[in-house]
Parts: sequence; C-alpha cells; structure tokens
Amino acid sequence: MMMRSFHAIVPMACVAAAGIAAMTAEAFRGRGERMPIGGLGVVGLVGAAFASIVLWNHNVISFGVVAADNFGLFVTMTLIVIGLLSLAISAPTVEREGLPQGEYYALMLFSLSGMMLMATAVDLLVIFLALEVMSIGVYILTGIRRDSPASTEAAFKYFLLGAFSSAFFLYGIAFTYGLTGSTRLDRIGSLIAAQAMAPTPMELLALGLLFVGFAFKVSAVPFHMWTPDAYEGAPPAVTGFMSTGVKAAAFAAFARVFLSAFEPLRADWGAALWVIAAATMVIGTVVGLAQSNVKRMLAYSSIAHGGYLLLALLSANDVGKGAILFYLLSYGITNLGAFGVIAALDTKEHPNDQIRDYAGLGHEHPGLAALMTIFLLSLGGFPPMAGFIAKWYVFSAAIKAGYSWLAIIGVLTSVVSVFFYLRIVVMMYMTPADSPARFPQVPKLVAVALVVSAVLIIYLGILPTRIIDLAAASISTIF
Amino acid sequence: MSFPILTSLVVLPLVGAILLLFVNDDEPHAGLIRNISLVVSGLVFAETLLLWSRFSSGSAEFQFIERHDWIPAFGITYFVGVDGISLLLLVLTGFLTPLALVGSWESVHHRMRAFCVCLLLLESAMIGVFVSLDLFLFYVFWDAMLIPMYFLIGIWGYDRRVYAALKFLLYTMAGSVLMLLAILGLAYLHNTATGVYSFDLLKLYTLSIPPNLQFWFFLAFALAFAIKVPLFPFHTWLPDAHVQAPTAGSVILAGVLLKMGIYGYVRFAFPLFPIAATFFAPYLGILGVIGIIYGALVAMVQPDLKKLVAYSSVSHLGIVIVGIASMTQQGVEGGVYQMLNHGVSTGGLFLIVGMLSDRRHTRLIAEFGGLKRVMPHLVAAFLIITLSSIGLPGLNGFVGEFLILLGAFRADPKLAAFATTGVILSATYMLWMFQRVNYGPVTNEKNAALKDLSPREWAVLVPIIALVVLMGVVPNLFLRPIGPSVDRVVNQIHQAVPVRIQAGR
Repeated sequence: MMMRSFHAIVPMACVAAAGIAAMTAEAFRGRGERMPIGGLGVVGLVGAAFASIVLWNHNVISFGVVAADNFGLFVTMTLIVIGLLSLAISAPTVEREGLPQGEYYALMLFSLSGMMLMATAVDLLVIFLALEVMSIGVYILTGIRRDSPASTEAAFKYFLLGAFSSAFFLYGIAFTYGLTGSTRLDRIGSLIAAQAMAPTPMELLALGLLFVGFAFKVSAVPFHMWTPDAYEGAPPAVTGFMSTGVKAAAFAAFARVFLSAFEPLRADWGAALWVIAAATMVIGTVVGLAQSNVKRMLAYSSIAHGGYLLLALLSANDVGKGAILFYLLSYGITNLGAFGVIAALDTKEHPNDQIRDYAGLGHEHPGLAALMTIFLLSLGGFPPMAGFIAKWYVFSAAIKAGYSWLAIIGVLTSVVSVFFYLRIVVMMYMTPADSPARFPQVPKLVAVALVVSAVLIIYLGILPTRIIDLAAASISTIF
Repeated sequence: MSFPILTSLVVLPLVGAILLLFVNDDEPHAGLIRNISLVVSGLVFAETLLLWSRFSSGSAEFQFIERHDWIPAFGITYFVGVDGISLLLLVLTGFLTPLALVGSWESVHHRMRAFCVCLLLLESAMIGVFVSLDLFLFYVFWDAMLIPMYFLIGIWGYDRRVYAALKFLLYTMAGSVLMLLAILGLAYLHNTATGVYSFDLLKLYTLSIPPNLQFWFFLAFALAFAIKVPLFPFHTWLPDAHVQAPTAGSVILAGVLLKMGIYGYVRFAFPLFPIAATFFAPYLGILGVIGIIYGALVAMVQPDLKKLVAYSSVSHLGIVIVGIASMTQQGVEGGVYQMLNHGVSTGGLFLIVGMLSDRRHTRLIAEFGGLKRVMPHLVAAFLIITLSSIGLPGLNGFVGEFLILLGAFRADPKLAAFATTGVILSATYMLWMFQRVNYGPVTNEKNAALKDLSPREWAVLVPIIALVVLMGVVPNLFLRPIGPSVDRVVNQIHQAVPVRIQAGR
C-alpha cells in the first residue's frame, strides 16, 4: 500500500523529470550546439502515456490529494496528445527565432506537468498549486521572444490578470476552508450536502470567488479580456499550446470542483453559468467576426469554444460530462493543428498572421492549405470532422438537460463562426496572392504533426465510438 | 449477406476522388483527370440503373437495407435503404453528375483535379442524403454536402462567386442547425418513451409525439427544407448561387440539391410530425403559390438568362410544394415526379445557358438574338427543353403538373386555381425569353459566327432530350415505383390525422 500511494503521480512525474532533464541538458549545451532537447520531452510524454494506460481503471489515490481516476487520466491523455503536438509544432519556431531550446522545452514540460496535476487533484490547495505551476510556465513562454515588444506586453498583461485571478481563487479557497474546515473536495461536498437549508451568503461568496478564478482561466466572458492580447503576442506554437492545454486542465478542475464539491449548490451557480455560457458563445463569435489577425480571430474562436464547454458543464448530466472530455480532446487536436499551420508560416521577416496574408496559400502550398481547411471546418463543426461530433455531443447534453435556448444560441453562434473560419478559406483558395513566394518551407516534423492531427480529426469524426465510450466510462467512476 | 449496393454507391465517388489525389494537377494530366472522373460517375450512374432494375416496384417498403451500429451509446446506426421516392432521385443524381462534368469540360480551365474531386465528393454526399434512414446519418450527409458545393461556387464561379458561395453556405446551414436540435429532441423523446436513444427513422415514425412538440420540431425541420427548396420568402440565396455558380454547379444545384428540400418534407417532416404537418400544410401551399407567381413575375423581367432560369426554379418548385402540401395521393406523386422533371429540364436549361455563355462570355438576353439561323441544332434542343419546362403535353413537365393540380384541386380548389396561373406565366416568360434569344434577325455581329453543337455538347444534350420525351410519353415507367411509396406516406399521415379527411378539405 505504501508504494501504491505514489502511483497516481507517475504520469506528471515523468513529464516533470523530462523538464528537469531538458534544463540540465541546456546547462551542458555549448553555444550554438544543437541538441535534441525536444526529444527528451517526447520520451517523458510517452512514459506518462504508458503510466496512464497502466493506471486506467485502478482509481489510485496518492497522498489523499491526487486521484488518478479515469476522468483525470482521460484529461491526462488529452494533455499528452496536446503536449506531443505542441512539441512538434514548436520545433521550427524555436529554430527560426533562435529561442533558448532548453528553457523553452523545460517550461513547456513543467507547465504540462502542472496541467496534469490540475486535472487529477482532488484538493483545492493542490489545484491551486497546479494552477500556479501551469500558469507560470505559460506566462514566461508567452514572453519568451524577449526582443519583441508585443510578446512582452502580452506576457505582462497575461501575468497581471492571471495573478489577479489566482488571488480570487485563493480567496475562494480561504473562505471555503473557513466554512467547512477542509480543502478536500469530497469533504466539502458532503458538508455542503449535509446542510439542508439555503446556502449562506458566505458560501455564495466562496463559490463566487472560485467561480471567477476558473472563469479567468477558461477565458469565459466577461473574464476573457486577456485572451486576445496574450494569444496574439505569444509565438504561435505557444498560443496553440496554451489555448488547448490550459483550457483542458482548467476545465477538468472546474468540472471536478463544481460537479463534486459544489454540486449541492447547483441551483445557485447554474443560473450564473447560464448567463456566462450564453455571453461567452455570443461575444466570442461576434467579436471574432471583426478580427483581421488570424491569431486574434482564433483567440475569440477559442473563447466561443469555451462557451460550448461551459454549456456542457452546465448540463452536468452523464452526457454533458462525457461531452466535456470528448470536446477537450477534439478541440485540442484541431486548434493545435490550426496554430501549427500558423506556426509553420511564421518567420522573422513575415509573421504571416494577418488574414490577408493567407491569400494564394492554396496555390503555393496546396497540402498546407488543405490541412488548414480541415482544421477550420472542424472548428466550425462540419461533418465528417471531429468538431461536428464534439458539438453534437454538447448540444445533446444541453437538450437532454432541458437547456433548449442555450442550445439554440449555441447552434446559431456556430453558424456565425463558420463565417469567420471561411474567411481564411476564401483567402487561401479564392483570392490571388499579392506578392508571390512569401511562404517558408514547411519543416518535415511539422508536416507530420499536422497530417497526424488531420487524420485524428477525421478518425474522431467518422468513428468516434471508441472515444465516446471511453469518455462515458471515464465519468462513471466519479461524481 | 448480399452485396451492399447502397454503400457502394456512396463509396464509389469517394474512391474516385481519392484516386484523383494521386494524379498530378497540371495541364498534361487534365485529360486523364477528366476521364477518371467521367468513368467513375458513369459507373455510379450504371449502378443506379442496376439498382432500379433490381428494385421491386410493387413494394412500398424500404429495400436494399443495410444496418450497422455506428455510435451504439446513442443508438446511432449506419442505416440505409431506398424506397420508390428516393430510388429515382438516386438515378437522377447519377444521371446529372456525368452530364454536369461533360458540360463543363471546357469551361473549367484551372485546378481541374480539385474541381473533379469536389464534384465527386458532392455526388457521394448527395447519394448519402437520399439513402440515409438514420436521422443522424442524414444530417451528416446533409451538412457535408455543403462544403464541396461551397468550393464549386467559390472557386470556379463568376465574378461575385465568393459572396454567393458564402451566402449559400450560411443560409443553408442556419436552417439546418435548428433541424439538428429537433433531431436531438426526437432522439431524447424516444429515450423517454422506450429507454433507449434512437435516430432510426422507422422507429421514430412509430413514436407518438405530443402535438405541441410536433409543432416546434416541424417548424425546425420545415425551415431547413424551406431554405433548401427554396420556398418564398427563403429563396434569396438561390439567384445569387445559381448565377455565380459554374455550369456544373448550377446543374447539380438545380437538378439535385433543391430536390432535397422537397424530399425532406416527404420523407421526414410530414410523416414524422403528421399533426403539425396537417396544420401547416395549407400555409406551405400558400407560400408555394406565392412562390409560383412571384418567381414567374421576377423571372419575366430578368435581363440575365441564368437568373431567369433561377427564378423559374423558384416558380416551378412552388408548384411542387403545392402538390405535396395537398397531401393527396396524386398531389404527392405528382410532386415527386415533378422533382425529376425539374431536375432534367432545368439541368438541361442550365447546360444550354452554359454553352451560350462559353461561346459569348455573356448571359444577357439582350446580347443574343436570331440564334436560330446561326446554330439551328442548339436552338432545336433549346426549344424542346424550354417546352418541357413549360409543361407542354407529350413532354415530361405536363404529367407532373397535371397530377399536382389534380391533387391540389382535391385539397383546395382556390389554391389550385392560383397555382394554375403558374403554368400560364411560365409559358409567358420562357417563350418570351426564347423568342428574344433565338428568333428575329441577328442583331449583334458577334453572334453571326458562333459554332453549332460540338460532338461533346451533342453527347450532353441527347440524353436529356431523350429523357424529356420518354418521361412525357411513358410516365408510368417512372410512376410505378413511386406510387406505392407515396401511398405509404400519405396513409401514414392520414392515419395519424383522420379528422382532415372527414372535414373534406
């Protein structure tokens, strides 16, 4: 039993070890010497994947605060996929921008281990710890292009608002502890459930503060202000990483905290979540229409996708919980694919991140343009891509839970969002290039990663049964 | 287990499209690309004919059924089958795709491979729509179909193609997403009633849905289909899409895509929600009549040939709507038959307009005149197809319109009277257009030296003319498989809502 208690943290430990190895390697790296540091990350992630598979169905709990239940492991696996793809699409950015390899990969891996901890933690303080480990890595990655004012500005904004939200979150934990005398989710849940009467104002305050903390991290409206700036300023590979990884981890913890500990108070947070989900879907989509920068546009798109996830969270039935997991996976792969294309086109001279920069891409890089089209159509929710099944899953949950109006808002915003996704398609295929040969060669590694993403997207879109069953099995173990 | 003929129909164009990806997309290979796609779409047509020959016409049931689990957790199945209503629509799809391909042989000059890939993917999705008997599967094909059509209009269309393509896509999608929610609602209703989710059409037919839900669900379905048909006032995307689309796009759009709206009513909206359908059918009929008259009047004043044909589609599909909204045996049967007629004759008209526009690079009626002296063969074909579109007895259009008006008269004589004006009006605008384009002296010298039909164009037009005559002379050949299935649908509605018959409307 003693040894067993360590098992739940093995996946994140593998990743953290890879991070440390990356840092050490960087220390021994001579100036200008090239080292396969990214490969260390791959080793760590593969190890984590192996550990997760072994832990599957065992419900191991370590130290009473980290639970490797299937829900957490599903998110961990999603994070591993996100991590592998992120490492692959980062390679050309690191190379072209001359970023410090060791630092970059180490930060990414530490951040990943924080995400994994966040997805499996069952104690509010550990969740907070994980949140910080995850966030600090991402803050620095955002500003890793030190010579770029935009990047620095983005990192600074992200850091300030992020710190602010962490404070909210911590404050919420403090109140919760004051009320219940515990930070363990199960104890909080049973204590709240035990009191039959209406919630006290203090409870609502604690709930509200935690809610705000999470809402910041998942960039729900009106706490989304940092998102477009941070996404635009960061290097595209980092944006891809944080738009998927941070969201996955934050949603996992959000779902865990609110659907287990604060489930008895659902009547109270449900109403607020209704409004926030609607606002997030609508504002993310509508403001996305007005963007001329691809990264900014995808930032608003990711806000809107957060709205769909909130809808699944609100529905809170078995379908909704499964939908969160499936959505995180398919959205993660798709969004990373899209940012991978942006990263592949990003050079020091031409960032190629305006929508009009994509003019003529269909002619010059037919393969890349076709891949981008697949990613965008999947984001827009067209069959037979993963995005369609994911949205269908979410709307099923909403209809089942009786949130018909939110479902209607959801489908209509997804039609509007198609408009801006297709703006890029129009540029790529239907607009001639104004100056030829601006696009760099696509590195092999990135090409492989993008093709793998596209194949996964179509696989999930056509044969989703396996993953849907896994997702359904994952949520049956808890909540 | 027998050969999965319907699956092979869906997959065959897909295989062709994948095959094309291995051919280089450049000038020297253009011929190879064309031949591959032509052979593939020809094989599909042959297979639809094979399907027809093995279809037992007397039966109203779904045939060639295939059913496999797809997402068992939600009761989603891969469930396909055809009855008399979808059978001939499949044949129509198979017939028009190679013609559209050959018809645009010379008007597509760039990205030949992508063009053919899009056309084949479109064909696969269209076939999928007609064979699906699982609502989820149907929706997947229904939505997937938009993407290749979007590219066909957006890349190979005329000047305002990007705008038109986007309008087409957003309109259709906006209508269909609400249908998706209604489909989900149905599946959950099935879950509450029986304990399992199901998207299986045949199971959902037997589900008793409370009338208030029927109304909402029907409206969601009806909106999706009304946009697709397009029914007045949801038709505004159609003229843009038609005018900007390349010839092949227009042919497929008018020939097959618009039929999906009508098909949706007959297959899904009416039999699934009979009470709501009976309630709303008179209103659909009124919208249909408005569409007939409005479409005809607008068509009359169009200076652009393609736009004229596009508005004539609004008018003609209005007649079809009147037919199916009558909910009588003759009306629905005529509606289904008229779908095929409209597909053939409007497809033919678009092909001819495409030939004229390939020669002159304009489609303005005022630019033509006196073509009869220059291109007697083309004009002869044009005349036959025009007459078929008007509904001249002896050609296909007459049979359908007659049946529709017969059915409509039984349901509501006043409505039928107004619908009949459509027949007169269509003669007015079509013949007037025909006269201005083809008769009189050659006013524009650019028209003087135009070449008559090339062998390729002959190959496109002869099958259409043959079919126009055949469908007019021996309609029973086509009506025989349609009849029993239409009977089934009409009875299904009337069994659920017997009051309507007693009221004698």
